[in-house]
Amino acid sequence: MSSNIQSIVEKYGKNETRLMDILHDVHCENGFVSDEEIKEIALLLNISKVDVEQTLTFYHFFSKNPRGKYTVYLNNSLVAKMMGRDEIAHTFEKATGTKFGTVSDDGLFGLYDTSCIGMNDQEPAAIINGIVFPKITTYRVKELVKSFRMGSSVQDMINSFGGGQNQSELIHAMVTNNLNRRGAVIFSDYTPGEGLEKLKSMSPEDVIAEVKNSNIRGRGGAGFPTGLKWDFCSKSPGDEKFVLCNADEGEPGTFKDRVILTERPSLMFEGMIIAGYAIGAKQGILYLRKEYEYLKNHLEFVLNEFREKGFLGKSILGIDGFDYDIRIQFGAGAYVCGEESALIESCEGKRGEPRNRPPFPVQVGYLNQPTIINNVESLSSVTKIISNGSVWFKSMGTKESSGTKLLSISGDLKYPGTFEVEWGMSINEMLEMAGASDVKAVQVGGPSGRLIAPNEFHRTICYEDLPTGGAMIVIGEGRSILETVMNFMDFFIDESCGSCAPCRYLTVILRNKLKKIIDGKGVSKDLEEIVHWGKQMKIANRCGLGQSAANPILTSIENFRGEYEAKIEKGKDYDTEFDLNSAIIESSRAVGRFPEA
Amino acid sequence: MSDKVKFKIDGKECEADQGLNLVEAAKQNGIYIPTLCHLEGVKAAGSCRICNVKINGRFMTACTTPVSDGMEVENSTEDIKELRKIIVETLFVSGNHYCPACEKSGSCELQALGYRFTMLVPRFPYAFEPKEVDAKSTKLYIDRNRCVLCKRCVRSIKTKDGKSIFAVKGRGHNAMINIDHELAAQMTDEEATAAMDTCPVGSILKKERGYFTPIGRRKYDKKPIGSDIEESVTI
Amino acid sequence: MSKPIVATTSLAGCFGCHMSLLDIDERILDLIELVEFNKSPVDDIKEFTKMCDIGIIEGGCCNSENVHVLKDFRKNCKILVSLGECAIMGGLPAMRNNIPIEECLQEAYLNGPSTKGHNPDGIMPNDEELPILLNKVYPCHEVVKIDYYLPGCPPRADLIWNALVALVTGDEMKLPYEVVKFD
Repeated sequence: MSSNIQSIVEKYGKNETRLMDILHDVHCENGFVSDEEIKEIALLLNISKVDVEQTLTFYHFFSKNPRGKYTVYLNNSLVAKMMGRDEIAHTFEKATGTKFGTVSDDGLFGLYDTSCIGMNDQEPAAIINGIVFPKITTYRVKELVKSFRMGSSVQDMINSFGGGQNQSELIHAMVTNNLNRRGAVIFSDYTPGEGLEKLKSMSPEDVIAEVKNSNIRGRGGAGFPTGLKWDFCSKSPGDEKFVLCNADEGEPGTFKDRVILTERPSLMFEGMIIAGYAIGAKQGILYLRKEYEYLKNHLEFVLNEFREKGFLGKSILGIDGFDYDIRIQFGAGAYVCGEESALIESCEGKRGEPRNRPPFPVQVGYLNQPTIINNVESLSSVTKIISNGSVWFKSMGTKESSGTKLLSISGDLKYPGTFEVEWGMSINEMLEMAGASDVKAVQVGGPSGRLIAPNEFHRTICYEDLPTGGAMIVIGEGRSILETVMNFMDFFIDESCGSCAPCRYLTVILRNKLKKIIDGKGVSKDLEEIVHWGKQMKIANRCGLGQSAANPILTSIENFRGEYEAKIEKGKDYDTEFDLNSAIIESSRAVGRFPEA
Repeated sequence: MSDKVKFKIDGKECEADQGLNLVEAAKQNGIYIPTLCHLEGVKAAGSCRICNVKINGRFMTACTTPVSDGMEVENSTEDIKELRKIIVETLFVSGNHYCPACEKSGSCELQALGYRFTMLVPRFPYAFEPKEVDAKSTKLYIDRNRCVLCKRCVRSIKTKDGKSIFAVKGRGHNAMINIDHELAAQMTDEEATAAMDTCPVGSILKKERGYFTPIGRRKYDKKPIGSDIEESVTI
Repeated sequence: MSKPIVATTSLAGCFGCHMSLLDIDERILDLIELVEFNKSPVDDIKEFTKMCDIGIIEGGCCNSENVHVLKDFRKNCKILVSLGECAIMGGLPAMRNNIPIEECLQEAYLNGPSTKGHNPDGIMPNDEELPILLNKVYPCHEVVKIDYYLPGCPPRADLIWNALVALVTGDEMKLPYEVVKFD
């Protein structure tokens, strides 16, 4: 038995609900978790080996096999592709002599695709051994590979610092904020503790009432009223209650939470403390996506500062009985963990599979206790609501959408980045603000949202009209809608947890059908079928991921039918992708019928 | 004493214990809601999605929904039937289901659903994706070609001290059932048989057992799955 | 009025479906009254001599010849029926679909129990007269348009009879529970 594994498992109290942390730590040692280590972990936790393996194999950044001394995760999301990701990938392959999805023979390089890493404003971007390399060029790829071959560490290759906190000693990242517009709530002037100070004169009920009165709705995308969620949770019976902050930010095209985590972590943590006070929780957990691990020291530092200031710990702010602390829980690469009940499962050391509802997390959540899960931006807003009052908050935005919204705008435009705007801005205004022209389409809310055409650009960003979690992907004239949709479908296939049968495979069927159409083998019946099958996804699946996995197809057919019809074969009622010549290539070669080329 | 609640399925007045899941509640009233992953007495997975019904206008899975007073349930509208058929066809093409060669043929629940829905051919292209067969265990073998990932085995088969013998590995369409060989080796013959019977398809098989029942006398040869429920109205 | 014309063939099948057709017993006499057979192993007519109304296909496509025959059927028949599991989903021959074709050939001609040591030159069948294998066995409807499907291994005789009568008379096809089976 390796003493190292033993100490890691003991560090987490031999608690199987901390399996994610255990795997995370073991993984950090070697870059993978071996069969032998799986066995040891299982033995120490007194669970079965397959239970350890089921968690391990769920997450993209966990591996059972070595992934190279230098492990490159290159974003393959839509905007990365738009910004030239394929050329970067090709250069990596050529320079390292290995293909994506594999490790080079000498064990030096491992190349892997990965879903959106929250850097859409600085693509193409890769994560190499945890360090983010934004705006990567072919020159840079060659330089990196050459240096790594000569033994440079990944740290050595940091050759610039992004602005703001990115250049602080605790982060030291090349990532830039691209905070292109500050607003009145999140990126306004702020003194840590200003929200907490108010708690001294407010009861938990007062806090909930204030949040309710502000009409704030969840900023992650679903838009559930935050105050109501807290109210439900506060009234749910339970031995203990929990506050989870969702910093999984996995929707391709969104990166605004990254900027909050970098520039305003105190604002968010304060929101978590306020939430804890309101519902009577003792513990808060920040569920942080692995892609943002480079922010770990920075965030831990802020938490320690909070502890020193008495914002965390026992009797916070001298309020008797208000004991509360926050820990960071890392994810390990799974979009679906942004779904709140999947996030809970992940926090409990399990596969990130969404739970069945009822019961709801406010009733039965983390460790089966009443739990609230709020988005980073929601919690950050709450601090300001408590600090400045709900009336102030409501004075911004529209009737049903109070306050401001952070938009992550990327794609074909001059100024990709994060913009804090009041709810109610039209898409036209947004495009003008961010310097976009000749726009063919905007993907509102990322792949799970809607693909809209210029005839909808007059619509406004708010819950009453176009609700969004903030991801705005601008697609310029000249881009193919069908290829865009294809990228999104591949994303949903990769990120399906695999629990619901329709999400597990109907996604693949839809993708293949789309490919048939792109390949010019589609007939009009294919178009009818793809819509009919896509609609089933909406009603059949358990969680938002599955329900929206056909959205790219459905909304693009709705708004860009012409692009599909242009590919459809006229006057045919049947076609197939079967091609005799390609079907006989393999066996011709095997028997030597055609000389090898 | 538990409270009884009244609810309606396709307009029919029903009654059952409050909190009972809708699949079982319907069963008590002689109504069959098709299921695949559901296993009575085991925590619902809600993963096959075949028991989708419309409750008060919203699609929900019956196996995960406790019945409550005044519920209006639609179980046999055309759109629900179509959805179920599509799911069954999806399962047929995503696996490699060679019914003529399968030990479970005639008693397979997936096949029985295909029969019940008169599936003559799945509307989707066949995937023919390679899947592993794991015959390393002494008592069982796992044929993943036939697996529908219902997780019945994962949820219900444990060792005496509560450890999992089966678990899922991987995710998405690469997800598969993993078996702990050491723990499986300790299973008794009865437990191995029970594991085989738990599997709705022919994915978990007890070694040296198969094709026991002659054609014509198998579970679903003569009567559709669910007909026993429909013929046995209890109240 | 002339009788509807029927053609049948067995592609990558075992002729079991054709046997099942014969299982309609004495009704075969009624069938002869109802229809006329053209290209079919039943009457040994090798080539189409006229346009047919109904083409019945047993077996999926495992080689190039199957594809040519199937396409010929599509061209010469107004209605095509996939008969049996192999036509519908590839059937048992498709069990090779998850094994690389090269491995299949090696197992059959080099390393199999009956060939190991008996093929020292490692010869694979490669005469131009021989059809070439496809990379996998295809269900018929993934190669050409198919109009009707009759599952079973083999399809029950009653199913075949019901279907033929329905197609010939234009009545609705009867699909009683006990005859629609996948094995």
